[in-house]
Amino acid sequence: MTTSVVVTGLGVAAPNGLGTQDYWSATLGGKHGIGRVTRFDPTNYPARLAGEVPGFVPEEHLPSRLLPQTDRVTRLALVATDWALKDAGADPKDLPEFDMGVITASAAGGFEFGQGELQNLWSRGSQYVSAYQSFAWFYAVNSGQISIRNGMKGPAGVVVSEGAGGLDAVAQARRQIRKGTSLIVTGAVDASICPWGWVAQLATGKLSTRDEPTRAYLPFDREAHGYVPGEGGAILITEDAEAARTRGARVYGEIAGYGATIDPRPGIDREPGLRRAIQVALADAGVDTVDVDVVFADGAGDPAGDRVEAEAISDVFGDRGVPVTVPKTMTGRLYSGGAPLDLAAAFLSMRDGVIPPTVHIEPCTDYPLDLVLAEPRQAEVRTALVLARGSGGFNSAMVVRTTA
Amino acid sequence: MATKAFTLDDLKRTLREAAGVAEGVDLDGDILDTEFEVIGYESLALLEAGSLIEREYGISLDEEAVGDANTPRAFIDVVNTQLAPAQAA
Repeated sequence: MTTSVVVTGLGVAAPNGLGTQDYWSATLGGKHGIGRVTRFDPTNYPARLAGEVPGFVPEEHLPSRLLPQTDRVTRLALVATDWALKDAGADPKDLPEFDMGVITASAAGGFEFGQGELQNLWSRGSQYVSAYQSFAWFYAVNSGQISIRNGMKGPAGVVVSEGAGGLDAVAQARRQIRKGTSLIVTGAVDASICPWGWVAQLATGKLSTRDEPTRAYLPFDREAHGYVPGEGGAILITEDAEAARTRGARVYGEIAGYGATIDPRPGIDREPGLRRAIQVALADAGVDTVDVDVVFADGAGDPAGDRVEAEAISDVFGDRGVPVTVPKTMTGRLYSGGAPLDLAAAFLSMRDGVIPPTVHIEPCTDYPLDLVLAEPRQAEVRTALVLARGSGGFNSAMVVRTTA
Repeated sequence: MATKAFTLDDLKRTLREAAGVAEGVDLDGDILDTEFEVIGYESLALLEAGSLIEREYGISLDEEAVGDANTPRAFIDVVNTQLAPAQAA
């Protein structure tokens, strides 16, 4: 029998709440975290809104030894990991070091750190560039620093597939657990709200250029016209179900199924890959469409992307065949951090019997979706499907379910 | 002209600025002959500290000697080896 892989701990850093509890109460209350960029002056940029993580003071959480060598993204990831491990009741000091691994996703690495060192290079000279630039910018830096801080010497790596990466990392964690590692820290945090990171994001041409926070990111709305980027994400503690049971851990639920596809090359007249990713994930989990209680949609926020997703969901589940929600309307799109945050929301939905809302949108009637709007919906949630897409044609789908 | 040597206090100040201090480490303890690894500094931290010293004192450190210096006493010696002739000049 294949090893069952469960989630036992959550650590959240989101624009509408720092820490799982703040995030979840904000999310159920429909409180969003989108506003004018404060981390730099966005006046002269075409896009000026972002979802920024509020109230994060790294010195309160991390030793000074880690500060000169870390970008904001890594500090957030390290602290989210501390919280997730605590939530899981797992102290790495008590576990064999080769039985613990770290597999995260990243879409950008440590951009702000890199920007600072580039500025040092051209304004002051090479001798002013930090030795820590050698790794602080790098995609794998969160995995590396989490591994070092917690003494985890099992499998480690990073998955880079933009917005789909968060699910792909959790899937890779599941593979490694099935190969015999008992605990893997996974999920993702991205954060690159700095001028250099901003121009890289602007280059996609997909950022919303509106200034009204409640009218800027509108997935499945007729006025959808791009997305608001954000920072943050979630770290998950995944474990071999047997190992979790043996140490008496509380279990949020199981990573039951996963599917990933790549879209056909642009200009080729073939169906996009999202529907197939959903079907592969459902088959992998061994669940029927009628068993799925909620879909956490990717929510591209542009008409073409929204249409593809609405069609994929209604093809598989039928018209208005399943509740669909996009809580990321409250955070903006967090790149690889977005899907792990949705996984966290899915597990909390199961725990509390409630589906979080999609805020700010007036759904376009062309899409035959049963969107959970404005208010949370009371519902027994035993099985949830989380969708995530990444620029470049990545489609990923993950089925999670209760183990109770 | 009088020369001013690089001291343990100078090194501690530099390490704090360049690389911070690890949890559970007291730099004000008796560390002169403690290996850097024990007080939480790996080669990159020392490279960064060396770079800060080069900028502050306008000297160039011997990279190989910095790499071989595994205690504060050895590191201070490496700095002073370069600093003395620079100040005498």
